[in-house]
Amino acid sequence: MKLRVLIATSATLLAAAFASAETDDEVQAHKQVLDLTGAFTNDGFKLRDGHWAGQLKPKDRAVVAVNLYAGNQYWFSAAAANDKAKKIAVDVYDESGKPMTTETYNEGERASAGFSPTNSGQYFVAISLLEGEPSTVCLVYSYK
Amino acid sequence: MTWLACASLGFAAEPAALSRDQLEKAIKIDSLTIPTPGELFAALEKPGKPDWASQYRTPIPMTYRNRAQIALNLGGLIADGFIAVEAQDSQQVKNIGTDIIKLAKALGVSENVLSRGNSINEFAENSEWDVLHEELEATQNEVKTSMQTNRDQDLVILVSLGGWIRGTQAVSASVIKNYDEQSGKVLRQPAVVSFIHAKLNDISMELRSDPLVKSAGDQLTSIEKLVAFQSGKGPTLEEVKKLNDAVGKLMDEIQRKEDAK
Repeated sequence: MKLRVLIATSATLLAAAFASAETDDEVQAHKQVLDLTGAFTNDGFKLRDGHWAGQLKPKDRAVVAVNLYAGNQYWFSAAAANDKAKKIAVDVYDESGKPMTTETYNEGERASAGFSPTNSGQYFVAISLLEGEPSTVCLVYSYK
Repeated sequence: MTWLACASLGFAAEPAALSRDQLEKAIKIDSLTIPTPGELFAALEKPGKPDWASQYRTPIPMTYRNRAQIALNLGGLIADGFIAVEAQDSQQVKNIGTDIIKLAKALGVSENVLSRGNSINEFAENSEWDVLHEELEATQNEVKTSMQTNRDQDLVILVSLGGWIRGTQAVSASVIKNYDEQSGKVLRQPAVVSFIHAKLNDISMELRSDPLVKSAGDQLTSIEKLVAFQSGKGPTLEEVKKLNDAVGKLMDEIQRKEDAK
């Protein structure tokens, strides 16, 4: 089964690269973040097929709107294309912009935030480049 | 979680709040901002697994000619696929997978999508339910990518809309059967409807004036109000029934075909 998932993931990466003419760095950042989320999949989390990729400058952040359901558990994961990014962070905010308490994982150019909403609705996920050179990052999320 | 043992794991110190400007400028994309029906169903399952098989509907026609109607029904069928996965019903998953491919072919989508049909069959045969969640979403995204390549990008949001309506119909019906306020909380999704509505307003005038698309757009205005109950408080049974009636009415219009065999 794992082999088939790997093949499916590779096919998705290829399809995404061809379909939206992603840059090499975006493809690489996507690959890095999928590598990180493999651990969540083993823990029963289902990975969303969609992703966002873009470039961040130091001290800059990208904010992505998501809609979450009360009762589910979520992990939001981001990774940079390479180690020019020294430290990134993922944070979650509610619909009014108030920061949420999350379980966090940080490892240099890769980071995740775990969150279990008690209310359904819109939330915002911020990916920040805290230290390092301008870098391409990619965000995905998993749920269960 | 043992897999993170070597890295820094903890609870984050709270960062500063986001400004109104940052919230307004937030990135919104179909593939992340619109949740899958599978996410909605997963949330409903937390208090106890609903009887998903009771949410099946009779097979829909495969002979639509209107491309907008095909796109809307394709989204609905993908939601049906998620329902069958939740019910862990291999045969139903395979039947729906076949129908998805039939409708996708009618839109002239790429060979990549057609090969997804084989994967769905294979995963259903082997009862790989978690993988099927991802495969169904990947199929939906492949359909959307193919539409964009074929300059049918205006149809993309119709696939999302069809899926959302069908998913909300199934979940609201399930909440009605075993009502409790907590379960009803999953139905609060005003930003999803608002996002879909805004995207509908961006499509070409020609497609927007299609009677079915126009009707769907008009009905979304009232549906948005029905899913906008106060945060932290679940809807009453009466409110859930109103929502179920509204999405049921729209779903009937979407799947109706007078001369279908």
